[in-house]
Amino acid sequence: MANIPQRIIHEWLRHDKKFPHVWCAGCSNGIVLGSIIRALAGMNIDRDDIVMVSGIGCSSRMPVYVDFNTLHTLHGRSIAYATGIKMHKPHLKVIVITGDGDCTAIGGNHMIHAARRNIDLTVILINNSIYGMTGGQASPTTPHEAIATTAPYGNIEPDFNVCDLAMGAGASFVARTTAFHTVEVQNIVREAIDHPGFALIEVISACPVIYGRLNKKGGPPQMLKDMRDNSVPLSAAEKLPPEKLEGKIIRGVLRKEIKPEFCASYADLVKRVQAMGGEK
Amino acid sequence: MQKKTKTTKTAPKPTKPTAEKPDSKLGELQTTRERKTVLMQGNEAVAYGALDAGCDFFAGYPITPSTEIAEILALELPKRGGVFVQMEDEIASICAITGASLAGAKSLTATSGPGFSLMQEGIGFARITETPCVVVNVQRVGPSTGMPTSCAQGEIQQSRWGSHGDSPAIVLYPDSVKECYELTIRAVNLAEKYRTCVILLLDEVLGHMREAVSLPDMANVRVISRIKPTVPPHWYKHYDKNQKYLSPLASYGEGYRFHVTGLTHDQLGFPTNKVTEAAEMMDRLRKKITYNIRDLVQIESYQMEDAKIAIFAAGIVARAAKAAVAMARLEGIPVGLLRPLTIWPFPDEAVRKMLRDVDIVVVPELNQGQLVREIQRLVKDRSDSKLIKIQRVNGQLISPQDILSTMKEGM
Repeated sequence: MANIPQRIIHEWLRHDKKFPHVWCAGCSNGIVLGSIIRALAGMNIDRDDIVMVSGIGCSSRMPVYVDFNTLHTLHGRSIAYATGIKMHKPHLKVIVITGDGDCTAIGGNHMIHAARRNIDLTVILINNSIYGMTGGQASPTTPHEAIATTAPYGNIEPDFNVCDLAMGAGASFVARTTAFHTVEVQNIVREAIDHPGFALIEVISACPVIYGRLNKKGGPPQMLKDMRDNSVPLSAAEKLPPEKLEGKIIRGVLRKEIKPEFCASYADLVKRVQAMGGEK
Repeated sequence: MQKKTKTTKTAPKPTKPTAEKPDSKLGELQTTRERKTVLMQGNEAVAYGALDAGCDFFAGYPITPSTEIAEILALELPKRGGVFVQMEDEIASICAITGASLAGAKSLTATSGPGFSLMQEGIGFARITETPCVVVNVQRVGPSTGMPTSCAQGEIQQSRWGSHGDSPAIVLYPDSVKECYELTIRAVNLAEKYRTCVILLLDEVLGHMREAVSLPDMANVRVISRIKPTVPPHWYKHYDKNQKYLSPLASYGEGYRFHVTGLTHDQLGFPTNKVTEAAEMMDRLRKKITYNIRDLVQIESYQMEDAKIAIFAAGIVARAAKAAVAMARLEGIPVGLLRPLTIWPFPDEAVRKMLRDVDIVVVPELNQGQLVREIQRLVKDRSDSKLIKIQRVNGQLISPQDILSTMKEGM
């Protein structure tokens, strides 16, 4: 599974049309894209049945580069568009690429309601802790006291724990990983796509050019090393006392449970109504 | 929902080019429905019009005075294998219907002023991406929450200019329950044909008013569906510039793997910053409306042949105006009525002709002067035409007597 030939990646990209990409040198988005393609290529899904939907932001530029059915929507609304696609054609694999601002600020409402409905979408939230596309403003996941262009004296707001938010809203599959752990991203994406229900994967990523520069995080290699050093797999974290987990990124599948899926429930409703001939 | 006395509707779904839900029990439900005269609300007529036009996807959010449309479709769509989904807000609703349409659905949502305002960004997205969908706006008194159960015509200009940037608009405006049914079908048809978001404006009173309506047999309902591409996938252009602005439309999951973006795009759908391509895209959006004005504009001309005074009114106000025409004619005053069924694109040609033929134009409307702006725009070349404005936004309708007396005062 890890040995997907480079050829596949190139075949699955619209490299003759849309490259070079818009991402800065050192950005994690390309690493995550590579992991997503490797995950999908190993799954034997027809590309015609994959729809990649995104909102607005750096990570949301991803769909233009991949040779799937792709939709680049409005800021925050990717999950609402994806809901329409999935409800009309439930056999399609709908993957939503979103960022911390797109999904937890402007699009927070759509995310929690899609999680509540448990509609079979795979949401990959690339969390770089900042609004990169607009030049470095504070997002809901910008850490407390971190610097952003709209928080020049340090961020006084507490930040969101994205996975807790999704779990609180009832998501049936929630996972966290980092851009450093490319094989883990690949495996979790695969597991999430196979999961019949709403899946949210938070991928902690590096924005060295803006977030890293404002907060003196070193260059891209240093930021990736920090992901390695500051993260703990869930299995190890369960054995550690809470004080040792202070400031650590806990990686792994945090929740996986089978609940009624929305499209399936709707199909059942249609069957029931039609069997009754439309009588209540 | 209250118990209805009218016939149960299990209309056959209009023929669709592709069978997208082969496993549904649609076939069994395709019994011919009784098409006798029924008593029906405007909102009900919209819902049944949508179904007869082949709508198979509705996403919406409850809002007075449009909610009946959602309630009826929640009842009816599952019977036909269609999708009804209640979203978390109106923004999600317009997005969901646009997404569903890209996947091949004929989709519709219904709302009122506050929800319509929330939908504006999504309406612009449907227009720039040329995705067919229909938004029904049952207008109430605004601004803001206003008077939710009272009638106003406050969104005549918003429905044209509400979304940012220059974008084309097709907006239809019925004046009777029967026309609610007919124009809903027309709205869905035009959305499919012109690949855009078509808006149907209703007046609150029309949405809730009951009238006797005899619906046509399904055989007499003309249903238009989007043209599907026939070219192999690698030849497909989502916005083919050689197709006279009305290019075929593939759906997700059909092997075409196209890209759709709200960014300014080239004919393949990929984002572009090239000035020539940007200009081409903007021209395409504009021309597909302006080059097809004759197909889009519908106007009713009532006793205008010998009229020296014309009333120009839309929707429920035109009903009162029609009565005012009859009353004035009894008194020997030569009055006629010009009523746009399509308010956008605006029927410039018909209005210019009206201005040439009459001496006085009366424009009654339930707002502070939105229709009259367009008349003023066209009246410039005939400064001797006299304009009489009747404007009201207090939740009350304009009566035939109001129109008649104001007209006489101004004569």
